[in-house]
Amino acid sequence: MPASLLLPLEVDDLCYRIGPDLLLDKVSVAIENTGISVIMGPNGAGKSLFLRLIHGLLEPSAGEIRWAGRSLGPDTRRRQALVFQKPVLMRRSVAANIDFVLKPQGGRYRQRRDEVLHEAGLYRLRNQAARLLSGGEQQRLALARALATNPDVLLLDEPCASIDSAATLRIENLLRQTRERGVKIILVTHDTGQARRLADDMLFMHNGRLLEHGPAAEFFAAPSSEQARAFLDGKIVI
Amino acid sequence: MKTCLKQALVTTVLIMLGTAPAWSADNSIIVQSTTSTANSGLYDYLLPMVRKDTGITINVVAVGTGQAIKNAQNCDGDVLLVHAKSAEQKFVGEGYGVARHDVMYNDFVFVGPPADPAGIAGGKSALAALKRIAGNKSKFMSRADNSGTHKKEMALWKQAATDPTQGSGSWYLETGSGMGATLNAAVGSGAYTMTDRATWISFKNKQDYRIQVEGDDLLFNQYGIIMVNPDKCSQVRRDAAQAFIDWVLSKKGQAAIAAYQLDGLQLFFPNAN
Amino acid sequence: MQDFSAAFGLAFSLIIGADADLIEIIALSLRVSISAVLLSGLIGFPLGALIAVTRFPGRQVAAVLLNALMGLPPVVVGLLVYMAISRAGPLGWMNLLYSPAAMIIAQTILVTPIIAALTRQVVEDMHKEYDEQFRSLCIAPHRVIAALIWDSRYSLLTVTLAGFGRAIAEVGAVIIVGGNIDHLTRVMTTAIALETSKGDLALALALGIILLILALSVNAAVYGLRSSARRLAYA
Repeated sequence: MPASLLLPLEVDDLCYRIGPDLLLDKVSVAIENTGISVIMGPNGAGKSLFLRLIHGLLEPSAGEIRWAGRSLGPDTRRRQALVFQKPVLMRRSVAANIDFVLKPQGGRYRQRRDEVLHEAGLYRLRNQAARLLSGGEQQRLALARALATNPDVLLLDEPCASIDSAATLRIENLLRQTRERGVKIILVTHDTGQARRLADDMLFMHNGRLLEHGPAAEFFAAPSSEQARAFLDGKIVI
Repeated sequence: MKTCLKQALVTTVLIMLGTAPAWSADNSIIVQSTTSTANSGLYDYLLPMVRKDTGITINVVAVGTGQAIKNAQNCDGDVLLVHAKSAEQKFVGEGYGVARHDVMYNDFVFVGPPADPAGIAGGKSALAALKRIAGNKSKFMSRADNSGTHKKEMALWKQAATDPTQGSGSWYLETGSGMGATLNAAVGSGAYTMTDRATWISFKNKQDYRIQVEGDDLLFNQYGIIMVNPDKCSQVRRDAAQAFIDWVLSKKGQAAIAAYQLDGLQLFFPNAN
Repeated sequence: MQDFSAAFGLAFSLIIGADADLIEIIALSLRVSISAVLLSGLIGFPLGALIAVTRFPGRQVAAVLLNALMGLPPVVVGLLVYMAISRAGPLGWMNLLYSPAAMIIAQTILVTPIIAALTRQVVEDMHKEYDEQFRSLCIAPHRVIAALIWDSRYSLLTVTLAGFGRAIAEVGAVIIVGGNIDHLTRVMTTAIALETSKGDLALALALGIILLILALSVNAAVYGLRSSARRLAYA
């Protein structure tokens, strides 16, 4: 497994506030190159916010983010890809959606596009309008487009939040294959089952704070915080 | 998709290239002229003959005399053919034109509704008619566009020692438009107006309107032709412009003008020296 | 009024008879207005998109200005272009006055603000949807603009149509810079103005009916194109 050049990710005292509301409260963490890191927590915990901040889509109110010692910028973002909860697909064919990110790289992008589509199981749909695909297919296309850019780090924000279980299974299989290739994955979910199935490394967030971080096996065996325990038991955590 | 854009670009350029400007053909000139000559169909009748005899294509811009003179002062024409003698003489005097020649004449007439509220019908005096209209405050449509017809109308008011602009907006209505538009307005609102005879004969929206005053010497309407001065406007096509003027003033041209009729009526009377 | 029924009959017989002069006038109308709209698109799409996606001081002012320019009176545009390209004007040496090219220039000036202002609105809406994804992918600004224009192509077709409607229907600008010269710069609207001034209201109205039919068929074609695009979820 080749080590990702962007890691570790180091976050120090990260804060994000809108007006008087502190949405992210002094989050500090170091994420290493250990397969899939899953960020879990109830709604409003600040998971998606955290993902956008480390990707550089939002400016932090305070704190520091470094990828392999480098601060955020287009250089770090270019080597990451983010898959949004609601896929943003362009008003074009399936193939053209992939071409859009491949073209600037030049060369034989058609061959690479076909590979990516085969991998995602979308090849036979390549000439269809992307926005006419089913929810699961749309999310797979968004993932395929993210992977087409050959990212060192793949960020996903609740990719399976609004799709059925068969479609979820296909996405999870794609993520496992991606992990095998040595791509670092950081996945946000509030689905405990998905976290158990995929996580190598677990982060648990609640109310803008990072409550736990450690190997997945340890976390699921014995969560140390009361909130995580309640969450895993299926209780409603506010 | 890129090819689509390229095609659009290429098509546009081709269309643009296909649009040769009016001046591009060596043997074409622009004549700044009046709506009365154009609307009466005179040019449609004369120009094919000019082209046959001289090989010159004439492009006519038909506007009011005032605007035609202004356009010619801007060098936007090779020849001026209008009907406002004093303004034409001023144009030549200031060096914008080479020389002025009489071409033809007709006359102005007063037209009005059959009800004839001012009782001018059948009169022979233009000034008496104007005084009656003003005295009665009967509706009168004025071109008010600085055209040849408007200049003539204003001169007549002055001779009648009447200032119609006192009644502007009540009975004296200034359209600021061409002869046709002013006639449409007059016919539509039951007002009197003054028009040249050629426009009136060729006008198709007369409804029940009739000529009510005509035949006064004061209503004489002289047309003149002038070459725009090539010394002031270097782009003027001197040879072609001269050839056109020569043709119009020639025996053949004058005979052709005299021969033009509409509904069995002669519209213009040649009087070149 | 008798003129109405006469006008419809006349319009019909003009179309059936394929009158040569009429065909020439229609062809020139289409050539001038389509050229003007294509040029306006080439300027207006990128300009509108640029104002939609870039943040610069005075952006609001630019947007308001564009919206205001949509209401530019054709006569004023005609006058400005006349003053520029008259032989006495600064561009007089180009010999453009009284040519179809002059009419295309005037209509382009008239239509470009319409296309740019409407493009800005269309592109701004789409930009809200695409912005995060594009920033995540580190797409260069010129590619963002090109992609937004391409992806809103079917909406922009309607925008173009609004511009075409303005161009084909206006008379004020083309009559000043074109001069309404027979067989050279006479288009549908100037011909209608001419026939009206000749008092031939039936013929003027007949030409108006033909102009309306022309505009209707262009609109119907674009509508067809758009609804097939909507079925494909590209619109």
